[in-house]
Amino acid sequence: MTVLPRTSTAKPEPSRPGVLERVHEWVVTIDHKRLGILYISAGILFFLVGGIEAGVIRYQLAYAANPTIDPVTFNQMFTMHGTTMVFLVGMPVLLGFGNYLTPLMIGTRDMAFPRLNAWGFWVFLFGGLLLYYSFIGSSGLYGAPGAPDVGWFAYSPLTTRAFNRGNNVDYWTLGILVSGFGSMATGINLVVTILCLRCKGMKLMRMPIMVWSMLVTGFLVMIALPVLTAAQVMLLFDRFLGAHFFDPQLEGSVLLWQHLFWFFGHPEVYILIIPAFGFISEIIPVFSRKVIFGYTMMVVALVWIAFQSMGVWAHHMFAVGLPPSLNAFFAASTFLIAVPTGIKIFNWIGTIWGGRIIYKTPMLFALGFVGMFVIGGLTGIMLATVPFDWDVSDSYFVVGHFHYVLFGGTLFAIFGAIYYWFPKMSGKMLSEKLGKLHFWVLFIGFNLTFAPMHVSGMLGMPRRIYTYAPDRGLDIWNLLSSIGYGVQFIAILIFVWNILHSLRKGEDAGDDPWDAWTLEWATTSPPKSWNFNPLPVVKSRRPLWDAKHPEDPDHEYE
Amino acid sequence: MAEENADRTVARSWLLLVVVTVLVGLVGFVAIFILGAQITEHDPTETFFEASDVFVQPDAEWNTTIFVSKSPETREIRRLTWLVVLISVGIFVVVEGLLVFAMIRYRRKNAETTGEPVQMYGSNPVELAWTVIPILIVVTLCLATVRTIHSVQPTAGERPENSLTVEVIGHRWWWEFRIPEYDVVTANELVVPVQRPIWLELGSADVIHSFWVPELQGKMDAIPVKTNYWQFTADEVGTYLGQCAEYCGTQHANMLIRIDVKDEADFKTWATNQALPAPNETTPSAVNGRKVFLEYACQNCHGVAGLSDGNFAPDLTHLMSRTLIAGGMLPNTIDNLKAWVENPQAIKPGCDMPALQLSKSEIEDVVSFLATLK
Ligand code: HEC
Ligand SMILES: [Cu+2]
Ligand SMILES: [Cu+2]
Repeated sequence: MTVLPRTSTAKPEPSRPGVLERVHEWVVTIDHKRLGILYISAGILFFLVGGIEAGVIRYQLAYAANPTIDPVTFNQMFTMHGTTMVFLVGMPVLLGFGNYLTPLMIGTRDMAFPRLNAWGFWVFLFGGLLLYYSFIGSSGLYGAPGAPDVGWFAYSPLTTRAFNRGNNVDYWTLGILVSGFGSMATGINLVVTILCLRCKGMKLMRMPIMVWSMLVTGFLVMIALPVLTAAQVMLLFDRFLGAHFFDPQLEGSVLLWQHLFWFFGHPEVYILIIPAFGFISEIIPVFSRKVIFGYTMMVVALVWIAFQSMGVWAHHMFAVGLPPSLNAFFAASTFLIAVPTGIKIFNWIGTIWGGRIIYKTPMLFALGFVGMFVIGGLTGIMLATVPFDWDVSDSYFVVGHFHYVLFGGTLFAIFGAIYYWFPKMSGKMLSEKLGKLHFWVLFIGFNLTFAPMHVSGMLGMPRRIYTYAPDRGLDIWNLLSSIGYGVQFIAILIFVWNILHSLRKGEDAGDDPWDAWTLEWATTSPPKSWNFNPLPVVKSRRPLWDAKHPEDPDHEYE
Repeated sequence: MAEENADRTVARSWLLLVVVTVLVGLVGFVAIFILGAQITEHDPTETFFEASDVFVQPDAEWNTTIFVSKSPETREIRRLTWLVVLISVGIFVVVEGLLVFAMIRYRRKNAETTGEPVQMYGSNPVELAWTVIPILIVVTLCLATVRTIHSVQPTAGERPENSLTVEVIGHRWWWEFRIPEYDVVTANELVVPVQRPIWLELGSADVIHSFWVPELQGKMDAIPVKTNYWQFTADEVGTYLGQCAEYCGTQHANMLIRIDVKDEADFKTWATNQALPAPNETTPSAVNGRKVFLEYACQNCHGVAGLSDGNFAPDLTHLMSRTLIAGGMLPNTIDNLKAWVENPQAIKPGCDMPALQLSKSEIEDVVSFLATLK
């Protein structure tokens, strides 16, 4: 059989556009679906790069006193790994899904500002490439180029000219600043779209939780990112115009950077997890065959988390010597944010309770998410206990903690979302067999990598060290982590193969492969550029349930 | 009829969930209180971990685990840690237990099953339960945390009467310690008396570092143009290790701390010796070495009491009293000193001491001079 793209076999079109024309179409597109796919694909590419950087780290730390990687390279690797995963993977992939799904789920034709949307994507991509250009373009110490090596939160005064010769910090600042504009554009776009373009009957309290999570994320992006941007502009002033916002020798404040950064940084971790909550809240009901449990509380919890996430930032700063009363305040506010988070977890369990669970790959990832996120959440509570934080902050315990949240949490949710919505985006199913293999290998590799980190942290291993002495009892835990990396690497290969293979040879998906209930499944796979014709009218939170069960429609219960 | 049955099954499954949540929540809460009270009396760390090889590294020269507490401060923190660990493990078991139970109990048993399970839109009492129980737990945690913060974290005015003040200054990539009471200036290795409160005043000469000796105290940052106060009292004589815990640049990994706790008399001997100026040795090689030290840039960076007052780099007045050099990378031996002076960049790439291109004989001489700095 020839492997021609299916358009040419199914419906021969008068003239098939050439490669260049098709590339051109993607470059000039303002279709939210294409932009969503571009965001997600770019994010996945950066994910592979960031994953390789993690590999260098795990290779160097596999055994004590490993002479292979020099300290500067190592420091660049963890800086680029963190920056990449947060800014060039997490945000674009999540916002990419937001872009793709929001208009479909609220029954409209596109985002409110399609051109702004396209601008956002290209600006983001440019920012990311600018950051990576530092590997070859930045002039560093002794004229050798080099990527930034100041850590992803780039604490001052490490970033001042005195301690950082060359201009790799400028690449970090400008790259992230520029890609931040893209994110802000998307945030604004999401908020306006959701508030203004819902189809007839789609009241706010009838929106899918996924859309709610995008609304909340949009607001958080609008509030948090400008703070980072401002701080980065101040940093640029310091570095180029002789200002000294962060220069301690000239009455600047090094802690000001930390406050500004984490005032952005903490909401940022919720920007990275709230969309994941949204994915999970769509996947779990469909594969449990039950309506989401406690819709109202789910929405309340989202909004609660979003508000409170802006009042907990100094829990990243318990060791900087804040007064005891401030430490106590931030401990309390951090504990409290566990309450709405707990509500969400219990409501997910409530959703599968009494359901009829179908273990397809998206559901495996969703349940894996719940299981792993609980662990990350609990170590988070432990870290909020200030005195315990003095023990383990800035140690591998913290590294273990946030990987349970961002990898076991966000990334598992992203994989779940990819398996769940890929059929809608491409019209093809991903292989279930490979998908399940991917899940289990990743699940094992993930735990093998990150669980031991809690131990090495408690044994006194600080994060961001490029080497450690052999007689400290750290060897075995680090070796386990490094082996775990290898296992995860295999899992990611399976995933990539699954995508490539299914794009060419996957089963046809049909419009509604999961027998789901939200509006995106009411249109074709992939949807036409206008999404719906005519635009849908809804009467409840699950319009497709109503259509499938006219005898027992949802709107009688809501 | 069928519908009624379905309703009954649902009712039963929900009753089960409510009962399980509330019971487990209550039992857990009571258990936590009882065990928590126990913990405040006995530190379980001792029973659980001191015997375990895994967490205590018995043969390791390096012991930096947080599970060994050698000061009242760390013991205080450990008690709170155990309470939190207990609560967390409790929640972990309940939540993951419910999750796994539901995953198994409610799986679709038969792929042919058609029709949907009964839809449940929510339940106010259940949701209330899992809002209120966490709030109770959070309040408990808050109270315990606030208490421990206040008992462990000192503020500027709270320096104990009989304490020994040590100024700790982070440098890229070594630590400077000053004990004003005895006029001591030293690097990377600190000697303190046992069972006397040590009052730390932390600062930095360049970027942010963090002072962390896990067995004696949690970490506290050393920040430029800001003084942080920190405190510990060592229970026992011994050597305690730690390292910088805030990323501070290229050699962050090699910025180790070594604290020797000695009894009062030994400490006094050490401190008095440290306060003496450098001895005036007269072997020909050492005399040449001193000249090298003064003629090359060494003296601009390094202080040697009575000879030079550079303060950019570790004070060398009593170099030979230290066990390790280069931020803890190398044992302090003559050969290592030679290798270090010849090319520090080969040993600690990126560090702030350049290779000064000395000839072989100059290296011999300067190291025999260094060897006199007892
Ligand atoms: C530019 C300043 C500079 C000059 C010049 C310099 N040093 Fe150093 N030296 C340092 C710094 C900084 C360190 C600490 C390095 C580290 O551990 O990161 C150091 C460390 C040392 C140490 C180890 C001290 C310890 O306790 O770890 C010795 C010994 C030493 N230098 C000897 C010399 C001699 C001898 C010379 C002259 C030939 C010299 N240094 C010249 C900056 C300098
Ligand atoms: Cu945070
Ligand atoms: Cu450091």
